[in-house]
Amino acid sequence: MPSINKSYEKVLRARGKQRPVASDCIAACISDFIELHGDRGCKDDSAIIAGIGYLGQMPVTVIGIEKGHTTPEKIAHNFGAASPEGYRKALRQMKLAEKFHRPVLCFVDTAGAYCGIEAEEHGQAEAIARNLAEMMTLKTPIISVIIGEGGSGGAIGLAVADEVWMFSGAYYSVVAPESCANILWKDMSHADEAAESLCLTADPLLELGIIDRKIEEPENFLKQQVNDEFFNALRIGLYTTFEKLCSKSTRELLDTRYEKFRRVGRYD
Amino acid sequence: MNLKSLFKQPQNTLEGTESEQNVKVNAKTGDFNCPGCGAPLLRTEVRVNYYSCPKCDYYFRIGGRRRLDFICDKGSFKEFDADMISHDPLTFPNYSEKLDAARQKSGEKEAVICGVGKINGYPCAVFSMDANFMMGSMGAAVGEKITKLFEYATENKLPVLGVTVSGGARMQEGMVSLVQMAKTAGAVKKHSDAGGLYIVLLTNPTTGGVTASFAMLGDIELAEPGALVGFAGPRVIEQTLRQKLPDGFQSAESTLKCGYIDAIVERPHQKNFITALLKMHNGGFCDAVN
Repeated sequence: MPSINKSYEKVLRARGKQRPVASDCIAACISDFIELHGDRGCKDDSAIIAGIGYLGQMPVTVIGIEKGHTTPEKIAHNFGAASPEGYRKALRQMKLAEKFHRPVLCFVDTAGAYCGIEAEEHGQAEAIARNLAEMMTLKTPIISVIIGEGGSGGAIGLAVADEVWMFSGAYYSVVAPESCANILWKDMSHADEAAESLCLTADPLLELGIIDRKIEEPENFLKQQVNDEFFNALRIGLYTTFEKLCSKSTRELLDTRYEKFRRVGRYD
Repeated sequence: MNLKSLFKQPQNTLEGTESEQNVKVNAKTGDFNCPGCGAPLLRTEVRVNYYSCPKCDYYFRIGGRRRLDFICDKGSFKEFDADMISHDPLTFPNYSEKLDAARQKSGEKEAVICGVGKINGYPCAVFSMDANFMMGSMGAAVGEKITKLFEYATENKLPVLGVTVSGGARMQEGMVSLVQMAKTAGAVKKHSDAGGLYIVLLTNPTTGGVTASFAMLGDIELAEPGALVGFAGPRVIEQTLRQKLPDGFQSAESTLKCGYIDAIVERPHQKNFITALLKMHNGGFCDAVN
C-alpha cells in the first residue's frame, strides 16, 4: 500500500469492520436497554437503534446509527445508512425524552444518509432538516458522540447537541474524501489529499469549535479488545456531563446550545 | 476591486451576468435556440416572458438579484450585509481563487442576497440565492447572512420569503459549512416558534445540505415548474445504485406527488401567489400563543 497521510489513514480505520459500533457502545455504557421501534409513519428503519436504558442510575434515551460487524449484520442494518424513517424514529424518541425530562444520548457512525430512490421520495432532506430544527430547541440535554464515521448530513442529523464528542479515531466531514477528490480533481486517487484538506479529524475540529471533546481511544481499538477501562471512563464522563447539563434551566440550556452553533464560521 | 467588475458588461446576448450553460448564442445574430425545445428565440421575447421560453416554458436560470426584481416592489428592497464574505477557514487548496472567480462571474460577493422589501405592499424579509456564485453553495457567510435575516425577522415580526438554488454545503469550508445547516435550521425554528411565516420558493436545482436544512423547513413550500429538488444529486444516486433514474425523478412535479411541496407556481404568477399567502396569514406574523 502506498504511503498515505494520517487523516486518510484515520478515515480508512474508522471504516474498519472490527471497530466497536453503536450497539457495542450501548452494551458497554447502558444497562437494562429496551429497544423501541418504528417511526409511526411507514416503517422501522433498522439502520437506527433507538430506546431507553440506564446510564448509571439515570434513565436516558439512546439513539445509535448501527453498522454491524459481519456481512449479514451489515446488510440487516443497511450498512449504517439511515433512511428518512430512521431520522423520524429518532425524533419520535427524542420527543418522548423531552416529555419526561430525560437526557438524550446519540452514537453516530455512518458514511452518510442512505442514498436511494425511496429515501429521496420519502423526504430524506426534510427528515434531516426537521431533526436539525427540532434538536436545536429540544428541552432536554443532548450529547452526541461521533464514534467512527461522521458522514455529512446523515451524521449532523443526529448531532445537534449540547455537547458533541468524538472518539480520537473517528472522522467527521462535510463530504467523503473520495467524493471530494472526484468533484475537485476528477480523480478518486487524490482522496488522501482531500482528507487532509478537509480537516476532518478530532484535533482540528476541536480547534474550530465544531466538537467539544475528544475521547482518547486505546491503541488498536477493536471490538474483541473492548476495553472496560475506556468505556468506564466514557460512562462516567457522560454521566457527570448530563448531571451538569440537567442542572441548568431550560432557557439557559437552549440559549447555550443555540449560541454554540451560532458561533461557528468565519466571515468578514 | 476594480471598477470593471462593478459594472460588468453582459457576457452574452441573453442577459447580463446570468449565463446559461446550455445556451449557445449565435455570435453574428445574437439569436439562440431554446435548450428545451430547440426553437429559435429572440432575446427580447425571452426577457418579457420572465426568462422562459414562450414555446415550451423552459426556464432559463436567473441570478439572485433579478429574482428580487420579480418579487419585490420596485425600489423597496434594502440589502443587509452586502459585503459579508467567507474566510478560508481550512486554507483549502484553490478556495481563495475560486471565491475570486465566483465574484467575477456573478458580480456578487457571496451566494445569497438578504434584506427586507415589500411584496405588493407587504413588508417581508427576503433572501435570494445565486447559482452563479459557486453553485449557490453554503459556507460560513451564507449561513451567517441567513441566520441574521431570520433573527432580524423574529425581532421585527416579519415573515420570511426564501428563494433557493444550491448544490448544498460548500465543501471547501469543510465542517464549518456542514454546521451552517444546524445554525440556519435553528434560526428558522426560533422564527417559527415566535409566530413568523416562512415561505420557500425552490428553484432549479436545490440539493444537498441546503435542502436538508432551511430549504425544507418552510411553512409553505413552493417550487418552480421542473425544478430539481433533492438531497443526493441524481448523478450520485445513479452511480451508487448503478441504475438509471426514472424520468422526472426529483422534479418539482414528482416531489409534489411525494408530499414535500405545497404548490408549483409559474414565474409570472409567483409574486401574486406569495402576496395572497401573506394576506391570508395576517401579513405573515402572528404572536405565538403561550
